[in-house]
Amino acid sequence: MNNFMRSMIAAAVMITFGFVGQAMAKDLVVVSWGGAYTASQQNAYHAPYMKQNSGIKIINDDSAGTAVAKLRAMNKAGNVTWDLIDVVAADGMRLCDEGLVEVINHDKDLAAAPDGTSASKDFGGLIVSECFIPQIVYSTTFGYRTDKVSRPMTSICDVFDTKSFPGKRSLQKSPLGNMEWALICDGVAPDKIFDVLGTSKGAERALAKLDTIKSDVVWWTAGAQTPQLLADGEVVVGSTYNGRLFKMIAVDKQPVAMLWDWQIFDLDGWVVPKGTKNKAEVMKYLRFATDTQRLADQSKWISYGPARASSAPLVGKHATLGIDMAPHMPTDPNNAKTTLLTNYAFWADNKDDLDAKFNAWLLK
Amino acid sequence: MSKSDSYVSFQSVQKSYDGETLVVKDLNLDAHRGEFLTMLGPSGSGKTTCLMMLAGFETVTHGEIILDGTSINNVPPHKRNIGMVFQNYALFPHMTVNENLAFPLQVRKIPKSDIEDRVKKVLDLVQLGAFGNRRPMQLSGGQQQRVAVARALVFEPKLVLMDEPLGALDKQLREQMQYEIKHIHENLEVTVVYVTHDQSEALTMSNRIAVFDDGVIQQLAAPDVLYEKPENAFVAQFIGENNTLYGKVIGLDGDICTVELEGGEKLKAHAVNIQGVGFETMISLRPERVTVNPESGQCSSTVTGKVKELIYLGDHIRSRMNVCGHDDFIVKIPNSADHAQLQPGDTVQVGWKAEDARALDVPVS
Amino acid sequence: MEKVQEKISLVTADGTPLKISLARAQRRSKTIAFMMVFPLLFFVTIAFIVPIADMLLFSIDNSIVKKILPKTTEALKDWSEYSGELPDEVVFAAMVEEIKSAKASRQHTKIGGRLNYESSGFSSLFRKAGRKVKKIKTPPFKEALIESDKRWGDIYTWQVIKQNSSEYTEGYYLSALDFKRKFESGKIESLPEKDSIYLKLFFRTLLISSLIVFLTLLIGFPLSYMLSIVSTRTSNILIIFVLLPFWTSLLVRTTSWIALLQQEGVINDFLIFLGIINEDGRLAMIHNATGTVIAMTHILLPFMILPLFSVMKTIPKSYVRAAISLGAHPWKAFWKIYFPNTSPGIGAGSILVFILAIGYYITPALVGGVSGTFISNRIAYHISNSLNWGLGSAIGVILLGIVLLFFVFYDRIVGINNMKLG
Repeated sequence: MNNFMRSMIAAAVMITFGFVGQAMAKDLVVVSWGGAYTASQQNAYHAPYMKQNSGIKIINDDSAGTAVAKLRAMNKAGNVTWDLIDVVAADGMRLCDEGLVEVINHDKDLAAAPDGTSASKDFGGLIVSECFIPQIVYSTTFGYRTDKVSRPMTSICDVFDTKSFPGKRSLQKSPLGNMEWALICDGVAPDKIFDVLGTSKGAERALAKLDTIKSDVVWWTAGAQTPQLLADGEVVVGSTYNGRLFKMIAVDKQPVAMLWDWQIFDLDGWVVPKGTKNKAEVMKYLRFATDTQRLADQSKWISYGPARASSAPLVGKHATLGIDMAPHMPTDPNNAKTTLLTNYAFWADNKDDLDAKFNAWLLK
Repeated sequence: MSKSDSYVSFQSVQKSYDGETLVVKDLNLDAHRGEFLTMLGPSGSGKTTCLMMLAGFETVTHGEIILDGTSINNVPPHKRNIGMVFQNYALFPHMTVNENLAFPLQVRKIPKSDIEDRVKKVLDLVQLGAFGNRRPMQLSGGQQQRVAVARALVFEPKLVLMDEPLGALDKQLREQMQYEIKHIHENLEVTVVYVTHDQSEALTMSNRIAVFDDGVIQQLAAPDVLYEKPENAFVAQFIGENNTLYGKVIGLDGDICTVELEGGEKLKAHAVNIQGVGFETMISLRPERVTVNPESGQCSSTVTGKVKELIYLGDHIRSRMNVCGHDDFIVKIPNSADHAQLQPGDTVQVGWKAEDARALDVPVS
Repeated sequence: MEKVQEKISLVTADGTPLKISLARAQRRSKTIAFMMVFPLLFFVTIAFIVPIADMLLFSIDNSIVKKILPKTTEALKDWSEYSGELPDEVVFAAMVEEIKSAKASRQHTKIGGRLNYESSGFSSLFRKAGRKVKKIKTPPFKEALIESDKRWGDIYTWQVIKQNSSEYTEGYYLSALDFKRKFESGKIESLPEKDSIYLKLFFRTLLISSLIVFLTLLIGFPLSYMLSIVSTRTSNILIIFVLLPFWTSLLVRTTSWIALLQQEGVINDFLIFLGIINEDGRLAMIHNATGTVIAMTHILLPFMILPLFSVMKTIPKSYVRAAISLGAHPWKAFWKIYFPNTSPGIGAGSILVFILAIGYYITPALVGGVSGTFISNRIAYHISNSLNWGLGSAIGVILLGIVLLFFVFYDRIVGINNMKLG
């Protein structure tokens, strides 16, 4: 392809996807999720780093929700304008598979723990891809209206029990999570879930279980929907990211309580796009932003668990509310009695197929 | 004329849009059966409002409109059976000429075969027999005009209203259409109420003309009467060309009065509309009634005029003179074999008969 | 004939042929005219033509496998895929060699991702192969590869690879129309009713969009009529109110409908206050097709009103008056005379609303629940979530085709020249 065509397509892609203008040489464009999450990163990472390095200006771009598609489009057009992207682990793996992000040497590129433990040991099993630097552990779990139930909800299967807990439920419009929970409540042993789900009979079984509550479900597509639906009293129980529920309970003092049973852990972290014009600067920033203290600092602002083992003891009180953050962390032993870790390998293989089945089921 | 002759009658009709001012003030007007009556006046004089009240598109604020002996104040417009030709024809653009003409017959539930006959007949009447399948947009302005007339006639109403129907045509076509409409009226014996602001159109076509100004009929008369014998300053000035001389009445003898002009000249005039001796008056004098260098005894008043400008117009020569201190005194000199030969700057005598100089009210300016 | 023409062709005073002289004289003004339209031409090209061409290409492009595994696909040509036997050693050798070199440039996972759209499991198959092939150094490669993952010994695996080794594929269109290729036999089968997604969504999108067109017309027509008969001053102010929604973001307008329509929302509360419904009878007006219809009718209403208004403004009052004076009841005058003359506005408004409606995805996603989502929501999903751009593009192309079909349909019935947009 000649240069003219390349720049034409670049322009077309930029118009189609509405990119922001190209960053200045010393600007680092960091793509993240916006809202409270970006604010926690701003407070814990960006602000202190910019204070130490006056030549760097970090610009937040809130388009992480569509980052995978946009990065792919930028890459096709040969004009990558981002320097660092915050993605969920599955997307990090996929971008790695497509060769759109840089491979990271975790021990060489990242700081060791204060006691000298290497970064790869400190992150441990959370390094799910060679391109991905874990940042936080979050979970998809349930919150329920304490004033609309006759007794506290304690089991994930209470979500499927419309007799004891009448009212609407909000679930994510995606097979992820819902199918696992359906199988657990249909009597499948937790360690056999993915063996069952991998067969077409197992998928049908999960959908059949979901069928029992289908008419009581409000399906959400954005994380903010469940908190809103709970606040409005539209649903009695709903799934979302635990940080959103923390805000409802601790900050907004809503009559909502957590249902941690079989919460599904997932990871969120950084990837460095191939083609960034500031790679050296980005790597320098990454070393700072993912060290033990910084990850612990982030948990002062939002109730997501730091990905480094060495950060856990440093988790303290909320920066403005002054409440102890540890009991609100999904990883707290009291909350993590029964958990699932997102099975990335399984979903990489089966998501397209199960998503099609799930959507066909929705349309019935 | 007796009352039974009246077909359309406005009785003490008043109209107000805002409840504060009257656009039609205590109007009384009768149109006779088969008459061509024109409402003539400047824009805003109330003539179109009267027509719209008659058609039923405006309500009557006070008074009554009688059509053929019965009050139509409460008859909805579609039941009045009045044909109407609109200013811009209002032909339905999505229908062919035939469909336009058939429309009033269809809504009257007339059998199909009859409709065809009557559409054909009326198209022949307006000489458009070959254009039935065209759309209005494919016709010239004059042709559209004829279709509009035909459509107002096809359901054989006894009364046809026309609202400045020739306004959009060029001069030549307008004159031709005036004759055609006049002839159609004569042949069909319908009553026509016609609204225009064009006096020559009114004079050409009408049996009688009602001159409107300021919501009031200033004069209602046949065209010749209106022209020859205007009863007030507005009519005199609105209809035809007119020389005006202002002065004071100093004597009155029967219907001849003596008027002293501002420059001191004393003239005899026909006392038509004066308040009496000592009051101001406006003398109206038609340019063609002025004689240049009259023989002695021919005219009752004679003054001196100075020729300022001459315009050759073929059938007559138009001469602008200074008479009694007025620079815009017009005299029409017929282009006859023995007419006076004038040059600008000549001083001549101009004279007229007392009965041609009409002493009228002074218009409020 | 032409030669004769040339002989008698006219020349100017200095002997130049008239045509050349004329062309020269016009060149300057033609150049200027071209320069003036050039920015638009450029914009249309990069913002419209290139993306559509790109989309068309994406929907059939299948070059990945062939590009990354050229030798393997070449070798697979000699293999008869329905023979019931595995390909021979040559194919396995080529595969091992090419996965090795693809692994170096991280290309092997791309193939896995691509083939996973066709059949689940390819993603892990190729990722695993990338890790294992470096240990396979000597023949026989067949046994070694099968040992690393027994799926390589499955004929089906090779059938999928072979049938996806051509430069272009109709596979995305098959998926977009609820068909599936059975790789075991190479036959194309339609999905059972219970598994079909896209045809249902296409049909629903068209149905709900038509309903929205009808409702915007029902509400917009009297409103536009009122706008067209009031004074210009008043209508200018009212038009601002019509356009006011454009000044707030689509998201805000959509979410305010949620606050109004939800079961604990304002309208339900009001109905309970009036005693029309009771606590248990709260109406479900959102998170279903009703929500989509209400919110989108509101959002798209201006696109119906503006063309209608601009057409109605040009219809003289005298048409209806003429019809009434000719004896038609006012209702008949309206229906037979006024209404037909608004058809250019109705046509333009309907086409505009319809085309906008079938492409909407944010509003249906937020208020549509399950029964009120559109085909565009699936396009959005495939573009930004599943990254199956081929399938997303194929659905997009079909949608584009439907729009064009409606244009042709409209042209046949009303005539495109009769459309008036404003």
